Amino acid sequence: MSYYFAVIGTQDNPLFEYEFGTSKQGGDGQLRFSDQVRHLNQFVLHSSLDIVEEIQWTNGQLYLKAMDKFFNSYISCFITGGNVKFLLLHQPPGANSSNVIGGVGGIAATTTRSTSIGANPTSPQTEEAVKNFFTEVYDNYVKAIMSPFYKANMEIKSPVFRSRVAAAGRKYL
Amino acid sequence: MSHLAAGKTAGAKEAAGLRYPSNGKTIYHRPLNRTKTAELSQSSFAYLFSEMVTYAQRRVTGIQELEKRLNLQGHPIGLKLLDLLLIREPARSQTRPLNIISLLHFIKINIWQHLFGRQADRLEKSSNPDTPDEYMIVDNEPLVNAYVSVPREMSQLNCAAFVAGIIEGVCDGAAFPARVTAHSVGGKEEGEMWPGKTVFLVKFQPEVLEREALIGRA
Repeated sequence: MSYYFAVIGTQDNPLFEYEFGTSKQGGDGQLRFSDQVRHLNQFVLHSSLDIVEEIQWTNGQLYLKAMDKFFNSYISCFITGGNVKFLLLHQPPGANSSNVIGGVGGIAATTTRSTSIGANPTSPQTEEAVKNFFTEVYDNYVKAIMSPFYKANMEIKSPVFRSRVAAAGRKYL
Repeated sequence: MSHLAAGKTAGAKEAAGLRYPSNGKTIYHRPLNRTKTAELSQSSFAYLFSEMVTYAQRRVTGIQELEKRLNLQGHPIGLKLLDLLLIREPARSQTRPLNIISLLHFIKINIWQHLFGRQADRLEKSSNPDTPDEYMIVDNEPLVNAYVSVPREMSQLNCAAFVAGIIEGVCDGAAFPARVTAHSVGGKEEGEMWPGKTVFLVKFQPEVLEREALIGRA
């Protein structure tokens, strides 16, 4: 189970991105995407922005849950008051060898398949875990933009922010 | 998007060029909620604000340009306040404003309460059928103008253009692009109750109304 997380600005420009593996169910937090899939992930993630823009006006919640799916990749979205989007791409383990281009080395994950958070991306437990992750990142994102030197749509380069996101990933996903 | 090449060493490299405060605490170590009830001294604000006006007044050719500069000073504050006040809301009522009315209510209540310690006095929609895109937020006694006396030859100037900039930032941030201007409406007759009465005229872009109509229909 691997995750690709990105913060997308109001001009559809990426502000921050981070890839990590699951730490739950004995996961080692290591990434299991192949290089080819990592490129594809960026593309898949950004293509879901169209759907975000469609549903963001029908639902005033910040957390929009898993709202897009591409083969076996699920994309969850969180949208801030300032119209900045947090997108998280997650791939349930086990099923990714057959239909995803390039094939991912996720065979080890099949044993934990039925119990891990990632196994069923639309289950309430997964939604809750992703929500907690987003909420914690939002907290840190607001702190980042509180800096008087931060202008809207600037890339977030702070290593502290990055480590905070990593910690949130370890804690919840 | 250089992460594919740089991989995991990127974090360490960036850290080298960054200097931390001596106590090791960054902005990320500070709570977002702490200053919720804290208030600032009005006199120090007035002093700062007078400097801001003086700064904006340098090398400007007219009142309009001066107001534009004040507006620009307020704009980033509005953009950031939007997210800050949203995160301070209790989790249950954390919702993005989806229509003009809820956005203006957010400004009238939350933003004003945070900035000035009270709500704005009135919210009005333009009664002119030609301008359905115009809304007005009325403040009887803007705090920023408390110690500002405008010279006679600049009577059009209203330094609350700074607050108008904040409002504009909030609207732009929430994806309701608008132009906001401040206008003095009081003081025209003797013995008036609110001589400093200011109207913030919010004029939304046509696409906002178009979207509003679409959402309303669905």
